[in-house]
Amino acid sequence: MKYTEDHEWLDADGDIVTVGITEYAATQLGDVVFVELPEVETQVAKGDEIVVIESVKAASDIVAPIDGEIVEINEALVDNPALVNEDPTGAAWFFKIKIEDAAALDEFMTEDDYKDHIGE
Amino acid sequence: MPGRARPMTRRGHMAETADETLIELPLQGLHAARGAKFVPFAGYSMPVHYAEGVMAEHLWTRQHAGLFDVSHMGQVLLPKDALAGLEALIPADLLGLPEGRQRYGMFTNEAGGVLDDLMVAHRPGDVFLVVNAARKAHDLAHLRAHLPGVEEVGDRALLALQGPEAEAALAGLLPGVAAMRFMDVAVMGWQGGELWLSRSGYTGEDGFEISVPVALAEGFAQALLADDRVRPIGLGARDSLRLEAGLPLYGQEMDEGISPIEAGQAWAIGKARRAGGARAGGFPGADVILDQLASGAPRRRVGLRPEGRAPMRMGVPLFVAAEGGEPIGRITSGGFGPSVGAPVAIGLIDASVPADATLYGEVRGKRLPAAQVPLPFVSPGYKR
Repeated sequence: MKYTEDHEWLDADGDIVTVGITEYAATQLGDVVFVELPEVETQVAKGDEIVVIESVKAASDIVAPIDGEIVEINEALVDNPALVNEDPTGAAWFFKIKIEDAAALDEFMTEDDYKDHIGE
Repeated sequence: MPGRARPMTRRGHMAETADETLIELPLQGLHAARGAKFVPFAGYSMPVHYAEGVMAEHLWTRQHAGLFDVSHMGQVLLPKDALAGLEALIPADLLGLPEGRQRYGMFTNEAGGVLDDLMVAHRPGDVFLVVNAARKAHDLAHLRAHLPGVEEVGDRALLALQGPEAEAALAGLLPGVAAMRFMDVAVMGWQGGELWLSRSGYTGEDGFEISVPVALAEGFAQALLADDRVRPIGLGARDSLRLEAGLPLYGQEMDEGISPIEAGQAWAIGKARRAGGARAGGFPGADVILDQLASGAPRRRVGLRPEGRAPMRMGVPLFVAAEGGEPIGRITSGGFGPSVGAPVAIGLIDASVPADATLYGEVRGKRLPAAQVPLPFVSPGYKR
């Protein structure tokens, strides 16, 4: 598992990377009530706002952590946004992205780096 | 270091502002010990939620009893004979307000807009006002320009205990509260100090607001929280509770450019102050407001239930068509209603829009349908 400064986790299996948000981010957001996902087959660039996530408190964007093509989305989140709070690093993955260059993952934080980042 | 990407952006109305010297509430330590997350609000550092979060706190208040620290609000005392003078600023029937009762009112301006909304309590020896935190300084100056003997109360916290179990929980400390009805006010002794109570609130539930001397505030709050039925509730749930209850928030549903009639608050204009009443008019903007009462206002408040799950928040423009046309209004307050289990909103729209028209809120560039519905979204639990 790799981590971004935006509190996303990335789990790579070959050139397919599953992306979600960390437990820390889910706690900060509070109760999630709405999730809007990108469409499958969308080409995204790192930094694109591709997911809208709304909690009772506020709306936030989740950005593409890396360049690639969206190959799968987690429709279960649309029907049950509370999954994001219940199981952020498991059942509540957001999308899978196919990347060109596996070396692009090297720049992200390890779990230890991420724990330092959030001050744990 | 890893590459920098954009941080998650916050677009919500509770966005944090930096570079502000915030005033801490007298119960700051208690909130922190309960796991509160703090946000700046009207110059105060306010607990927005505790460990359980907004959703659980909201639902707890609707089922049991929630304790809110609203000490940021302004508490003001006026001399006993101030009600006549207050009627020159507020279109409520205040001379008809019996001793021991409280009434909702609004300070109006010459244009027929609203300067603030407030509670006015007629007590045996004086008149007690509670005003919005963000308008406290404004209201004090406004009052002092028109009335003698205006005194800000600086040594009292203000707590609200709200929910169907509020009476039972509070009666454990103050048995006398069971005899109070909605909008009654009373003074009761507790541990050598004076508590100023009203049976009122801002959640749509039965409950009480209690002004407590600062020195007793923590002990009183702890005594309430020792009851299993009572949990501390933050500003986040206070907002979702009042939204579901259809209660206006100053600065959103009403402001200097929105009249009481447009804001759906005509009920707060006493019969005595209306055309043909014993003391008709005589408040700022009376010509505009009484004309709107008689012939209709240009805009009206509307309750909205967005289809789907996307909340429509404050500022979302409203249309009558799924495509094209100019906005006919906007959302003034909106979000997810935990008790409704769906998004809810209050809007301000052109009065000419038919009451059965589907409206469309434009959210992130997409027009999403929303049905006009009566307010409130939940049935009030007031003990009348």
